Amino acid sequence: MTTDAATPGTRPPRLDTGPVGWMKKNLFATPTDSVLTLIGLYLIYVLLGGFIDWAFLRATWTGTDGKACTWEGAGACWPFIWNKLGLFMNGRYPDAERWRIYLTYALALGGLVPLMVPGVPGKLYLSLYMLLVFPVLAFILLTGGIFGLPAVDTQLWGGLLITLVVACVGIAASFPLGILLALGRRSKLPIIKWASIGFIEIVRGVPLVTMLFFASVMLPLFLPENVTFDKLLRALIGVALFSAAYLAEVIRGGLQAIPRGQLEAGDALGLSYPQKMGLIVLPQALKLVIPGIVNSFIALFKDTSLVLIIGLFDLLGIVQQSVQSDAKWFSPSTSTTGYFFAGLVFWIFCFGMSRYSASIEKRLGAGDRR
Amino acid sequence: MTFLIKGGLVAVVALAGSVSAVFAQTKTLDTVKARGTLNCGVNTGLAGFSAPDDKGQWGGLDVDLCKAVAAAIFKDPTKVKYVPLTAKERFTALQSGEVDLLSRNTTWTMSRDTSSGLNFAGVNYYDGQGFMVKKSLGLKSAKELNGATVCVQTGTTTELNVTDFFRTNKLDYKPVVFEKLDETVAAYNSGRCDAFTSDVSQLYSERLKSPKPDENVVLPDVISKEPLGPVVRQGDSGWANVVRWTHFAMVNAEELGVSSKNIDEMLASANPEIKRMLGKEGDFGKGLGLENDWAYQIIKGVGNYAEAFDRNVGAGSRLGIARGQNALWNKGGQQYAPPIR
Repeated sequence: MTTDAATPGTRPPRLDTGPVGWMKKNLFATPTDSVLTLIGLYLIYVLLGGFIDWAFLRATWTGTDGKACTWEGAGACWPFIWNKLGLFMNGRYPDAERWRIYLTYALALGGLVPLMVPGVPGKLYLSLYMLLVFPVLAFILLTGGIFGLPAVDTQLWGGLLITLVVACVGIAASFPLGILLALGRRSKLPIIKWASIGFIEIVRGVPLVTMLFFASVMLPLFLPENVTFDKLLRALIGVALFSAAYLAEVIRGGLQAIPRGQLEAGDALGLSYPQKMGLIVLPQALKLVIPGIVNSFIALFKDTSLVLIIGLFDLLGIVQQSVQSDAKWFSPSTSTTGYFFAGLVFWIFCFGMSRYSASIEKRLGAGDRR
Repeated sequence: MTFLIKGGLVAVVALAGSVSAVFAQTKTLDTVKARGTLNCGVNTGLAGFSAPDDKGQWGGLDVDLCKAVAAAIFKDPTKVKYVPLTAKERFTALQSGEVDLLSRNTTWTMSRDTSSGLNFAGVNYYDGQGFMVKKSLGLKSAKELNGATVCVQTGTTTELNVTDFFRTNKLDYKPVVFEKLDETVAAYNSGRCDAFTSDVSQLYSERLKSPKPDENVVLPDVISKEPLGPVVRQGDSGWANVVRWTHFAMVNAEELGVSSKNIDEMLASANPEIKRMLGKEGDFGKGLGLENDWAYQIIKGVGNYAEAFDRNVGAGSRLGIARGQNALWNKGGQQYAPPIR
């Protein structure tokens, strides 16, 4: 016996769909799952609850000095951050000249954002602007001394400005240098090969702190009296050379993953060495090592804090300086608040970099090939 | 390894000392005048001595000495370039000529004064080890600490000093030692010890960072000598004189009751000592290579010693350090300046 009419479909039981169904399937499927879920929720409550309590409920929001934050059970001391924000962002850069920093940031964003968003036309011009025009503009704006801009000694720079300058110059200088060193290390010409190996191994074998320390404490002893050169410049050179050595090894890893056949095909087409490298090998190799490169850049960004060793105050350094030495703001929670703020800013930048690299990987398809 | 590094550093520093002795023929004062700014080495951050304020302007007792020297030379206390230096960098920075003057809470000791090309120009703050205790204990003096538990940082002269103090006074005590300063302070704040010992200026700082500053009190006793003062390169006594007399001018001004507020009235004073100090009589600036109103400029621009002390570390600041040893010699302290005549 058959029926022609279709049986009306029954709805799934209500508990299998919607948020309740999802929870039943994923969180409370078995008694063990239920217990684990409850323990997890409790842990989140304890950790996050403590944080919310500290950062919001027990926090001090207004005040003009540390006295406002000195009370029994006081949480975060936010007025410390508001009042010092200019110092944390720009260091001792003169108030009247700070528009130059902001203009530099705006120029950088104006170039970087369209460059990083896929589908915006004119990438070639934008790259030329970022590589050739912007560095000159930024240098003139920040240091001054020409075109009627008052000169601002790098001694006055500080805070996030130093962090960004050291990180950006480090990244921009170490990337091409790292590629050259990686190619040099695989070169057939003995002098280039051994010079590259020697540089990489020596620099990689010495901690960054030691290099900075050497540049600031020992170097002046070997120079004639009254000859000193800019501390920031010392730090920039040190950081750029240091990260170039690391980057060279990351890139070499990518170069080694390119099969010989690719090069031989290039030979067969009659391409020169720069053409083979620039058109065939490097685009593939660099795409392969994007995670490694970004990893190095994030590490470099965080390593900028070491410039504190030579008396430059990056974001962490200037927060630490205020926390430890400004008696006006002394209170039980000043230091925790300050370090929390510094950590948050660092995290925002590093997380941004890692998300951007994830999106490049996705776009270039490097991630799903293996 | 550490020994080797230290040995190497000592050798380099000694070498630098002998090199700078040769170069020191050039007069620092002339160099500074020609440059138009004073390069002053300060601490990278020490509460009350050198710290940037909310706007990033340097302030503090050590910073005020830099300002005072600049005022004496340029009639403008702002003509200073501050070079923040770590403890390790400070002497090389001075010897290499990166700074003209080191005003960075440096303890005057014989070994430092007689070796490595350094020359101390005075004492602008007498520090020393003291004790902080809970107010509720009701103690008046460190001699009443018999049987107390004392939080102390290990491996420092602080630890040796406290042992000596209790032994000489035949008192019992129980030391609770920690590797790091932060741990030591935390232990004291959590109530593990009755007393916490460190340099007095530091005790006042830590008191402010404690959850209940008003329940802690720093005892008046000072059990060690830590005279902190400005340092210059050896072999340029003219420059050392400028720095030394800048400090003396501030102390003399306090003694004579001349402050930044009343100085313009004091110009008309009949007191011969004030007249000589402010350059109304005699030619005292010339001996320093400065103009005769050098002391006027210091007091006008920075203030006398009492003003600088109160503003930065004393009653007028949150630290609230008592004058104690830093009071004038005729008020029970040690700040004493030779007369200007």
